Amino acid sequence: MNNILTQIGIENYIFLCVTLFCVGIFGVLYRRNAIIVFMSIEIMLNAVNLLFVAFSTYHQDTQGQVFVFFSMAVAAAEVAVGLAILVSIFRNIGSISIDNLKNLKG
Amino acid sequence: MSTVLILFCVLSAITLLTAFLTIFSRNPIHSAIYLVICFFSIAGHYLLLNAQFLAIVHIIVYSGAIMILLLFTIMLMNLNEADEVHKPRFTRLGAVVSFCLVCLVLIKIFIDSKPIVEYDYTGQDYQSIKVLGKALLNEYMVPFEFASILLLVAMIGTVLLSKKEKLEK
Repeated sequence: MNNILTQIGIENYIFLCVTLFCVGIFGVLYRRNAIIVFMSIEIMLNAVNLLFVAFSTYHQDTQGQVFVFFSMAVAAAEVAVGLAILVSIFRNIGSISIDNLKNLKG
Repeated sequence: MSTVLILFCVLSAITLLTAFLTIFSRNPIHSAIYLVICFFSIAGHYLLLNAQFLAIVHIIVYSGAIMILLLFTIMLMNLNEADEVHKPRFTRLGAVVSFCLVCLVLIKIFIDSKPIVEYDYTGQDYQSIKVLGKALLNEYMVPFEFASILLLVAMIGTVLLSKKEKLEK
């Protein structure tokens, strides 16, 4: 077993990641609950990370995995701050439906 | 069909199915649990690609930290199916149609593109924890430190945001 991609093929990984990314977009458009929208964003981030790793394996290069590491750090920070914002919105308004946030516009 | 390909297909099926279920389940706690399964299957993909470091970090950060945070938030807000509001049917139809269109266009593009046949293998080690650590602390030293500052700032911001304000009386 030299390279795993000789057996699977990078096209399969591209298909998988594209479909996963589309599922994430679909979740953002379809649901109204802000937490589910958050989860969809996580799915999209993960699709991109998986594609990074696949291409890093394809090019036999370390850099792709380093970038996945940084994007994970950013995702962790984003989730922490976003959930804190959601909690304070829930305290003030009493729901986390996205439609109730329209008084946030200027 | 080799074993690896079968493994890949099973993992992909689990990933896509649980991602869909995350979006469609009405109860937010169910979606969080489906998302955990989705993250574990993605960690399986990383292991399949022989990226052990990222698999471990993915399980610790996503399946551990982020999911616990999400579950705690869901339980803190005491959400359940009762206060789930539905989007207007028009918006949902639009979401479905745009999802199908985006998928169709992207998959058609990838089917029509030229297939990749050559896979070179130099034999050198490029993804073990040792090599990744050297890359992180040599070439990517400054971004690595900035990541730590980012996490610190996010932590302080979270504490400040979720702190209860004193009642002014």
